Amino acid sequence: MSRRLRMSLGVLAVVVVAVSVLAARGQFTWRPTTLGAGTGDDESWTPPKTPWGDPDLQGIYNYGTSTPLQRPAQVGDKEVLSDEEAGALEADIAQRLDRDRRDGGAQADVSRSYNDAWMDPARMKLTADKRTSLIIDPPDGRLPPRVERTLTPEEEAARAAQDLSTRRFNTSFQESYLDMDVGNRCIIRRRNEGGGHPYLPAIYNNMAQILQSPGYVVIYAEMIHFARVIPVDGRSHLPDTVETWLGDPRGRWEGNTLVVETKNFVGSNARLVGRTGVVYGNANPKTFTIVERFTRTGPETVDYQVTMSDPQTWTRPFTISVPWNKTTEQIYEYQCQETNYDMYHWLHGAREREKRGERFDPNAPDALGGQQD
Amino acid sequence: MRNRSKVVIALTIATAAIVAVGLATRLPSPAAAQAPAPGEFPAYSAPRTADGKPDLNGIWQSVTTANWDLEAHSAAAGPHTELVGAWGAQPGGQSIVEGGVIPYRPEALARKQANFAQRATASVPGDGVEPPLGDPELKCWMPGVPRSMYMPYPFQIVQTPETILMTHEFNGSTRLVRMNWPEETPVDNTFFMGWSRGRWEGETLVIDVTGLSDKNWLDRAGNFHSDAAHVVERLTAVSPYHLWYEATIEDPKVFTRPWKISFPLYRRMERDVQLMEFKCQPFVEELVYGRFTKKPTS
Repeated sequence: MSRRLRMSLGVLAVVVVAVSVLAARGQFTWRPTTLGAGTGDDESWTPPKTPWGDPDLQGIYNYGTSTPLQRPAQVGDKEVLSDEEAGALEADIAQRLDRDRRDGGAQADVSRSYNDAWMDPARMKLTADKRTSLIIDPPDGRLPPRVERTLTPEEEAARAAQDLSTRRFNTSFQESYLDMDVGNRCIIRRRNEGGGHPYLPAIYNNMAQILQSPGYVVIYAEMIHFARVIPVDGRSHLPDTVETWLGDPRGRWEGNTLVVETKNFVGSNARLVGRTGVVYGNANPKTFTIVERFTRTGPETVDYQVTMSDPQTWTRPFTISVPWNKTTEQIYEYQCQETNYDMYHWLHGAREREKRGERFDPNAPDALGGQQD
Repeated sequence: MRNRSKVVIALTIATAAIVAVGLATRLPSPAAAQAPAPGEFPAYSAPRTADGKPDLNGIWQSVTTANWDLEAHSAAAGPHTELVGAWGAQPGGQSIVEGGVIPYRPEALARKQANFAQRATASVPGDGVEPPLGDPELKCWMPGVPRSMYMPYPFQIVQTPETILMTHEFNGSTRLVRMNWPEETPVDNTFFMGWSRGRWEGETLVIDVTGLSDKNWLDRAGNFHSDAAHVVERLTAVSPYHLWYEATIEDPKVFTRPWKISFPLYRRMERDVQLMEFKCQPFVEELVYGRFTKKPTS
């Protein structure tokens, strides 16, 4: 799993590099667009309804894309690429991300042995509207600044413990399962890596199936095999005392848009949550809010917009828009806990190294590399 | 006397006729007022979905003790009774297997008994122990089919014409029943929750399940199947509040003949009832991985 995240960070880095290359060549030209309005489907198209009169969002979707979350600094305030720029960038990304290449020497070959068979080809494609960022608000396409504040002694201690845990993980000296993050522990997919709400593109498993029955919308995400049952019948949330990893969702229809508010995240047990947190950006689960909007924009597309905020973490709310594209592929069972070889290998490996007299060094060169949010 | 007896006979006939008419006209009412015999439901036709199929949408739950043992079993102490006392004890229960007993092949019965003996010993993926030790439920693994249907947790059916989703509170285990899907497992792999293909036979949803993992157990007693298992499930609404569930399990590697289980599923009727989250991974980490954690050096 660590390799996976490292690679997704690598993907982002590659995109940033690729965009910067184009920018340096002066190839960008401004073209206005309607951001977050989908993928340019026919505007006269009428969204279908279910037999009981709700907007019909059903289908199997893939939300993978190579468009970066944040607008690369190199493109300035350019929101959209021209067709030529996008085509060149996409080709460049595809070439760089190709993990079946053998032209990088032995070390690159080893890295690429986690090859394209594991990866989602959708990660090679820019969004159809050719945006330079998935973030559509703030207008600069970038995450808002984090709140600067003085930490309480408890928060300082928690942060120091998280930092040490990260260093143990990065140097493969995990003391226990709690040195793994929630994804390695097969509880939920890491929030910053997609796979759950917010649904953000990753290098693989960008699949979700939407099903509806009267009073419910269900989103079945491939990773980690969970069906998110969203009541749309006006009922209230569970009491605040009920904490869940995935949150307690409630939906409502605003015109043709499904609006979902989710709360009741696990938050009172920092030991349980571990170092990466349970909600996006390691925000405070108690003050974090997430509102998602699903709108059919054409026969093959849903526009997914998610607005997140936490006054203790970010200086303002922000909104991400990711197109969901229908796919003819099926979702197969994603096993995790049942086949979590990583956990045994990491922990058993660390104990074996200790037996050989090796010791954890928090200042080792790779202690800060790799898996961080 | 003759006249009197005629009157008596006439009165008797009249009374009998009145009673008979009364019984005939009131027959459904006394029957409905009595509790129905267990296992017997009056003829019932479920409400229909928009595409004209029986509507099975809802949150359902079994009320058997089959997750402890499919066969008849005594009340008994559970493992580690010194820690959990009556919390971990097994309630007695009657068999849900037709004929009472699962028809094991001799060598498979030995494996079942070994499973039971080590049901609370958790081996982990990667440690080389094959078959893995310990009940998969204990380790928070997906429970498979049909076990997911009689675990003591509710599940929700979300029914569409093409796909019927069944999502279980236990570990969020979910399966998609693909309706009228032509292929058995389309990939060379097995799935803990199997590969489910559905079709309607009148009032009944028939599900054909193949591709099941040989790591699944059928209960805490160590009953199991192999990757050759073929399960055919039948779900029939027998009242607004009950589904009748049957499953036939065929697995020539493990059993001498196909065998059948059956039990009712009950509709959860609480106002605003919903599936709660039961992500059990954090609850089993110490049990499963504790032996690999760094021990304080003294």
